[in-house]
Amino acid sequence: MRITVDLTKCQDHGQCVFSAPAVFALDDQGKLALRSESEGDSYTSEEMDESLRDDVEEAADACPLQAILVED
Amino acid sequence: MDDLDETGRCVVVGASMGGLRAAEAARKAGFGGEIVVFGTEPHMPYNRPPLSKDALLAEADGLTFRVPRAAQDVAWRLGETVVGSDLTSHTVTLAGGETLEWSGLVVATGLSPRRLSLPGPTEGRHVIRTLDDVAALRAELRPGARLVIIGAGFIGCEVAAAARGAGMEVDVVAPENVPVERPLQTMLGKALQRRHEARGVRFHLGGQLPIGYGGTGRVTSVRLNNGSELAADVVIEAVGCTPNTQWLEGNGLDLSDGVLCDNLLRVEGRPDVVACGDVARFPNVLFDEVPRRVEHWTMVTDTAKRAGATLGAYLAGNELDGKPFAPIPSFWSDQYELRLQSFGAVGLGGDDVRVLEGDLDDEAAVGYHLDGRLVGVVLIGLASRYQHYRSVIAAG
Repeated sequence: MRITVDLTKCQDHGQCVFSAPAVFALDDQGKLALRSESEGDSYTSEEMDESLRDDVEEAADACPLQAILVED
Repeated sequence: MDDLDETGRCVVVGASMGGLRAAEAARKAGFGGEIVVFGTEPHMPYNRPPLSKDALLAEADGLTFRVPRAAQDVAWRLGETVVGSDLTSHTVTLAGGETLEWSGLVVATGLSPRRLSLPGPTEGRHVIRTLDDVAALRAELRPGARLVIIGAGFIGCEVAAAARGAGMEVDVVAPENVPVERPLQTMLGKALQRRHEARGVRFHLGGQLPIGYGGTGRVTSVRLNNGSELAADVVIEAVGCTPNTQWLEGNGLDLSDGVLCDNLLRVEGRPDVVACGDVARFPNVLFDEVPRRVEHWTMVTDTAKRAGATLGAYLAGNELDGKPFAPIPSFWSDQYELRLQSFGAVGLGGDDVRVLEGDLDDEAAVGYHLDGRLVGVVLIGLASRYQHYRSVIAAG
């Protein structure tokens, strides 16, 4: 399982942080922290542990911009 | 009427975000039977908040929700309206007369915008709730157009901001003394009014009401109760919404304000009928035992997952999730470059509002207190403080 975040859609609402705190965080400016780990318009994670699935699916549902995709 | 097979059938009435998430949750809770979702709109579930923001002025891609794996086998019957129900015989009736039996029912019919019944032409008058509403409105918006918005709530304010940004003339008419007065109270409302006025929005508040529309064939003006008349090319009526519960009448339910539910989202304790989203009135144990409807986007998913899990477990003969349901209310509003972000029950703390930090005309956190306890926060900007204030509210 991996996640992809469309950083052009993301508006840093931070709902994902509350759903999946092990994956998402906001930085000191209130911006999605993993923006700094990405060079392009989207972020794709490494392979993630299945134990995180419920949390990241919740984050994907809770994202106001629907910017998070959970891929198998 | 067809017969149910032994696996049962879950009928979801309402094909928006709540219906989608409830269907998915029922599957995940172990329900293996048929799931049928009815929706009045012809569209698959889509995201509504952008309709009063970015998607107001330009058609937006990607508003349709992805259908998750657990909901791939759901039957979508779009453009079909459920007009009646019988909770004793377990049926719903469609506008065309068809009757369908169910073993479980999800009430996810949401809200309809209120319309003003005022004399005058109807052409040029709009509401903002659906994709089709906004498509019709967008076709009439252009730079320089004179827009009169009736209502100074969140939708009215967001539309005012978007329209000013696109070069339209904007007048806002509402009986309140400041915008968003009822949800956010006077102090913050005044601060927002100053921002809008600095951008050229004209407010007509403090008891001002529209009494009629001028024009022949098409609206050209809005007449107010103080005798004045505002020129208008386009009118938007943003005066709140009413719950869609007519189809549940005749079942002895309390439909005085949406559908009354328990903390599991069961409708008046029935094991086989649940409700979710804007239409559900339920107690949130984070605050108290009083059932309330909450018209927040995040609450739709929270209640739908809970309702779907409750119903799916019942239908599958699995154990219910007995954990108290205590979702944290949260909403946002985008106006100009500014985001308002709220956590908690702002409405419960309206009598004791204090600036917690910052400056209302710049960035600030405003606290809403009940019996001295912080129960809700609204942030103007100040994104770096989201996590702090949400965790304060979550801690109760």
